[in-house]
Amino acid sequence: MSAAKAARQTTGAYAIELHNVNVFYGEKLAVKDVSLNIQRQKITAFIGPSGCGKSTVLRSINRMNDLIGGARVTGEVVYNGENLYASNIDAVEVRRRIGMVFQKANPFPKSIYDNVAYGPRLLGVRGKKQLDEIVERSLKGSFLWDEVKNDLKKSGLALSGGQQQRLCIARTIAIEPDTILMDEPCSALDPIATQAIEELMRELVKKYTIVIVTHNMQQAQRVADMTAFFSIRKEALEGGKDRRWGVLVEYAHTPQIFESPQFEETERYIGGEFG
Amino acid sequence: MAVNTISSETQEYLRDEDAFKRNLRSRHFRGRLWRRFFQLALVAAFLALIALFFNILNSALGYVVEDYAINPITLAANGDLGALPEEELVMILVENRANRLPVYVRDYLYAGDPAVFTTLPLSALLSNTVLPAGTADLTIRELSVEQQAELLLNNIGQPQLIAIVEEQVIEPTILQTWSLTASLFERDQIEAEFQENYAAQGATLFFKSWINLDFLTSPMSSNPAAAGARTAILGTLYVVIVTIFIAFPIGVGAAIYLEEYTSGSQNSRTARINRLIETNIRNLAGVPSIIYGLLGLAIFVRALSPVTGGRTIISAALTMALLILPVIIINAQEAIRAVPSSLREASYGLGATRWQTIYKVVLPSALPGILTGTILGMSRAIGETAPLIIIGASTFILFDPTGLQSKFTVLPILIYNWTSRPQDEYRVAAAAGIIVLLILLLILNATAIILRQRARRSLTA
Ligand SMILES: Nc1ncnc2c1ncn2[C@@H]1O[C@H](COP(=O)(O)OP(=O)(O)OP(=O)(O)O)[C@@H](O)[C@H]1O
Ligand SMILES: [Mg+2]
Repeated sequence: MSAAKAARQTTGAYAIELHNVNVFYGEKLAVKDVSLNIQRQKITAFIGPSGCGKSTVLRSINRMNDLIGGARVTGEVVYNGENLYASNIDAVEVRRRIGMVFQKANPFPKSIYDNVAYGPRLLGVRGKKQLDEIVERSLKGSFLWDEVKNDLKKSGLALSGGQQQRLCIARTIAIEPDTILMDEPCSALDPIATQAIEELMRELVKKYTIVIVTHNMQQAQRVADMTAFFSIRKEALEGGKDRRWGVLVEYAHTPQIFESPQFEETERYIGGEFG
Repeated sequence: MAVNTISSETQEYLRDEDAFKRNLRSRHFRGRLWRRFFQLALVAAFLALIALFFNILNSALGYVVEDYAINPITLAANGDLGALPEEELVMILVENRANRLPVYVRDYLYAGDPAVFTTLPLSALLSNTVLPAGTADLTIRELSVEQQAELLLNNIGQPQLIAIVEEQVIEPTILQTWSLTASLFERDQIEAEFQENYAAQGATLFFKSWINLDFLTSPMSSNPAAAGARTAILGTLYVVIVTIFIAFPIGVGAAIYLEEYTSGSQNSRTARINRLIETNIRNLAGVPSIIYGLLGLAIFVRALSPVTGGRTIISAALTMALLILPVIIINAQEAIRAVPSSLREASYGLGATRWQTIYKVVLPSALPGILTGTILGMSRAIGETAPLIIIGASTFILFDPTGLQSKFTVLPILIYNWTSRPQDEYRVAAAAGIIVLLILLLILNATAIILRQRARRSLTA
């Protein structure tokens, strides 16, 4: 790594910078020309109508799109001074630094303990004492410890939906990433479980950079420091069909987005008038 | 939007209560009809199964009339040969069948070409055998009866000596058999027939279950009364187990490669080749098994004979492995495909490499499905006869298989061989063989199913 890059890494206020990012699925352009800077140890929320490409952008940050055949990213995603899509970057390392929590809780069909120990074991941690310690700390970190400490051998699938999602968060923080991406982590949860996760996010943000996709305006207002509003652009084609792609409309501090948005489109969407 | 475009006719139809009621009746009626059909299908399948079992059991159990050349009671107390030491068993052979001792040496100690058996010296014929002093350079014909007896005594164990005595000295012959139904419902008639035809010559009438310990543990025999399935059972076990050991890793490996490494590839050429391979594998699953036999004959028996030793267990297992490979690959592919992609994403999201994801997440979740395919393949390997006939499994063999390169026979071939013989008694023995085959199938499948249950439990509990 060059000296200049190293300097950027330590001094930069931004954890992740997206420069003119386009994402394609095969021939289809899914999101066009997204540029935004994500701040360190802050919560950034992505909002916008369904299909506008929030998940797509989120997944381009930790190269999860690589797993989809035909998906392609152009532009730069700069993380700690390095373009994650440069040819010398290993996606495995990217995902180890930038963790992800999915919309639908997806614990492995293994015990709670093995779920949390999965990541550390991948990295080669073998000692039982070390693993025990990591499991306990991660489960405490996701506020799940008190509920499961007596049956860590129980299957992760035997937990309730909210508990499963917290297990997935524990699993993610077990390998100490710098950044956690969350794609609608509360969309399948009731208000109480949602509240628990939100509290957890406020706690986690003291250590981690968090990016969250949400459809819940109140949630964005409650937890996010910064909010990015995405929307859809269309172009009519012959035969009544059309071509659609997502764009970033507005990105600012959360109160500004919700109280004095710059664009009418943003105002209409948060006012509930949007498709 | 949609509501506005519905025509008034359609709307009227949707609101017509009478039409709805009439229609509902016929909808329910059609449902009941299908249900009845499914029930009948089940009953038909069940009846077919019952008929099969009845047919087999009907021949495998029943009254028989048996006669001996020499009654075993005259040889041992209560006719129990097992109580006699080896020396006495050999003595019985010497007393009764002195001129056939060389034949027993050939059948039980010699594995080579029968044509040269009488012409070569013993040291060239019999390796790993303890020869009586000073006989190494003699041919078998030049040995005295005592020396031949010593040769047998030194090298053949008690169970095999008993088998020889039973078959050659006691010579039980079955004079008549009755089916199970006849034995149960026409006993008086059987009794009368026995008194009239056989009682005078000293034969005995008794109820015989053809599946008994002797049947399981004695080798084949040219005498149906003494014939056993031992060699074939061992041969089947050998072939099936070696087959699975070959086909399982190759099949699962191929499935993993197709599903996890090349499917969903951006590269359209890889995708095309992938599709081509998959289609071919699917077609291979439907190729008649006899064609695999021809392939096995050409490759494993002929071309690779220096390695496989020709018509041996390893050739058979390789052929069977080819035969069941498509079944295992297809089922493993389905199982791997059924693993939710959310689990793969979770694993990759935690920084797992592709192989770590496959090994730690995909395979454990797919294992029950993979084992289902293996069970199907195994069942097929146990039952297949045609390819083994082609590659030349032995139809008559007295040796237990000893290794990958030994000659062998398997149960289906034994059964086929027995059913095609003229004597009635062999057909009864064949029925017993079928039952043994079914039981073996059941045991092997049960083992695999237990493994599968265990794999499944570890995923849920
Ligand atoms: N795996 C894929 N293959 C092809 N097209 C995809 C794929 N995933 C998403 N898309 C397309 O990309 C566009 C953006 O999808 P994306 O899932 O990012 O939207 P989103 O904003 O997350 O929507 P939602 O709020 O409903 O989750 C959509 O038009 C979608 O059809
Ligand atoms: Mg989404």
